[in-house]
Amino acid sequence: MLRLEKRPSPSKAWNYATPVVAVLLTMIAGGILFTILGKNPFEAIKLIFWDPLFSEQFAAYSRPQLLVKAGPLILIAVGLSIGFRAGIWNIGAEGQYIVGALCAAAVALAFYPAESVLVFPLMILAGALGGWAWAMIPAILRTKFNTNEILVSLLLVYVAEKLLAAAATGFMRNPQGAGFPGSRNINQYASAANHEIFAGTGLHWGGVAAFIAVLFTYVMLQRHILGFQVQLAGQAPRAARFAGVAPARLVLMCMGISGAFAGMAGMFELAGPARLISIDFNAGYGFTAIIVAFLGRLNPIGIVLAGLLLALTYIGGELAQFMLNLPAAAIQVFQGMLLFFLLALDVLSNYRVRLFLPQRATTENV
Amino acid sequence: MKRRELLATSAAALGLAATLGSKARAQTPLKVGFVYIGPPGDFGWTYAHDQARLAAQEHFGDAVETFYVDNVPEGPDAERIMTQMALSGANMIFATSFGYGPSLNAVAQRFPNIAFEHATGYLQEAPNVSLYNARFYEGRAVIGTIAGRMTQTNKIGYIASFPIPEVIMGINAAYIHAKKVNPDITLSVVWAYSWFDPAQEAAAAEALIEQGCDILMQHTDSTAPLSVAQQRGALAFGQASDMTQFAPDVHLTAIIDNWAPYYIKRIQEKLDGTWVADNVWSGIPEDEVTFAPFNDRIPAEVQDEANALIESIRDGSYHPFTGPLNRQDGSAWLAEGEVADDGTLLGMNFYVEGITGDIPN
Repeated sequence: MLRLEKRPSPSKAWNYATPVVAVLLTMIAGGILFTILGKNPFEAIKLIFWDPLFSEQFAAYSRPQLLVKAGPLILIAVGLSIGFRAGIWNIGAEGQYIVGALCAAAVALAFYPAESVLVFPLMILAGALGGWAWAMIPAILRTKFNTNEILVSLLLVYVAEKLLAAAATGFMRNPQGAGFPGSRNINQYASAANHEIFAGTGLHWGGVAAFIAVLFTYVMLQRHILGFQVQLAGQAPRAARFAGVAPARLVLMCMGISGAFAGMAGMFELAGPARLISIDFNAGYGFTAIIVAFLGRLNPIGIVLAGLLLALTYIGGELAQFMLNLPAAAIQVFQGMLLFFLLALDVLSNYRVRLFLPQRATTENV
Repeated sequence: MKRRELLATSAAALGLAATLGSKARAQTPLKVGFVYIGPPGDFGWTYAHDQARLAAQEHFGDAVETFYVDNVPEGPDAERIMTQMALSGANMIFATSFGYGPSLNAVAQRFPNIAFEHATGYLQEAPNVSLYNARFYEGRAVIGTIAGRMTQTNKIGYIASFPIPEVIMGINAAYIHAKKVNPDITLSVVWAYSWFDPAQEAAAAEALIEQGCDILMQHTDSTAPLSVAQQRGALAFGQASDMTQFAPDVHLTAIIDNWAPYYIKRIQEKLDGTWVADNVWSGIPEDEVTFAPFNDRIPAEVQDEANALIESIRDGSYHPFTGPLNRQDGSAWLAEGEVADDGTLLGMNFYVEGITGDIPN
């Protein structure tokens, strides 16, 4: 029989080992899945984990793409992680991401076609403010009326999606777009475009912003009084009150930071890879970032690694799909397995597995 | 056996090499990638494209290798997937949703030797981007005629996706032809703001039936409205593929997207080295728009009337948008006998006279 015994403190060794073990277990379980689907499991696993990084054919393109895909995930996830540590649950980053992009698009379209160095910084500001404002709705409703910020922020995602559809088909529609939904191509408007900073690296300003956000969050959590308050509020809410933490202020701060980061991510994505406001502009980054935040154990460095790992499974998963004719659902199951194993194995950090012999139990039963 | 295979393949290779004038290309099959917006199992839009892909694969056998990625969101993911397809050695890429336009054009500029085919798009920013679309409004005219004849309550329900020209064109075509055979009809439009959302589509179908509509049309891809119609005893039409199995009693017919002739033609041209970018809009005459078998509930004389309409569109003697037609506000659009030009249709943002309600903006 197996029995779990709680460890007095989480095991450091297992903390580092679990991600590796989880990836190995995913490879085995995923390999079985691919075999059942009639594909060569070794080839599939190689396509997902190895080829995007090292294959001659794809790596030159897909390695930089890791940064492109991971950038917004990391930027949103670090913002969310601050609130999550304090027990403030912003589930609506997807909506803040959309509203940030809409505000940035509004700035770009207002200036179009004038060229000015001010357009891009103004768009960043508008994106951050838009995301912040959208996050303030659940924050203020919570502090003033004690509503549940999980529900309000989540439902506001659907409101934002309708706003997005209205913008793409209505007030932001490209007048030269032959009546099709979608705004002007902001990526083709020189003053507003978010291009690669160094060609071939995949690093655009969104990646730089993600890097700065990670540093900011790391320093804040380690060195700043707000970081201390966040930790305290999450671990011991009553103690936090005695220590002078104002819960309302903390909610506004945490929701605001995560909203602003998500809004900025939306802006960089709009002016860069996504190119324009379209009905399906939001690709689920805001929700995936929640997974990234927890996968990275709410630690800024962990979030960077988790973001890159998830980006790798997306890009490798796409390769595997068309190289082996695998359905998208198979890749989603594979990604699900990875998350499952990573989170399930956490139990090994917190608990010790004990093997004990069932003899005594059986004799007692007799 | 092995040797014979070897001989056969080298003979085929030689034959291909002769037509292509490039031996290196001939030794490997032509690789054709497809980018799908939904799953092939949607029984709607993507299903129809995948059926055509399979038909092309069967037609060309070993000379062509097709592959696809499904559920590709429009935007950066589509761009990355098309680029990776290009890097994997694809010679031709079909992208089957209009929102892929900006990404597809960006990728096409980087890979000038790959033939890009974009369904229902409008952007051609590179010489290797071709556009194709189907004249679905021709099909809408036919089902409009059937609906006008079959309705008892004189109320027709229409589940629309997004207020874009493609959809507005279909609403107008259906309305004009229902009205022509039955001047008493009214048309109610519900906007789902989605191409594929079974729950929303089912809710829209319920709402329309509650309003007294006894016949439903849809410009969304799921089979949910048909299931509702079957339960509630309303009549309905399938979308993109034969959806009879989801509503055997009430499914009157379906407008079928038949992309196979076009895919086979274009892949053949790529094999022959004669492919050039184009912008084609085919319909009933090219068999790109076809119909599921008519349900026996449609009386013989209505079937004859529908078939006569199909034939007149096929031989070019009739265009579904023929004047006299006015806009919803009463202003003149087409004079007696005048036929709408393609440019106006592709940018259509107004209802014709008689339709109530506004196009959402």
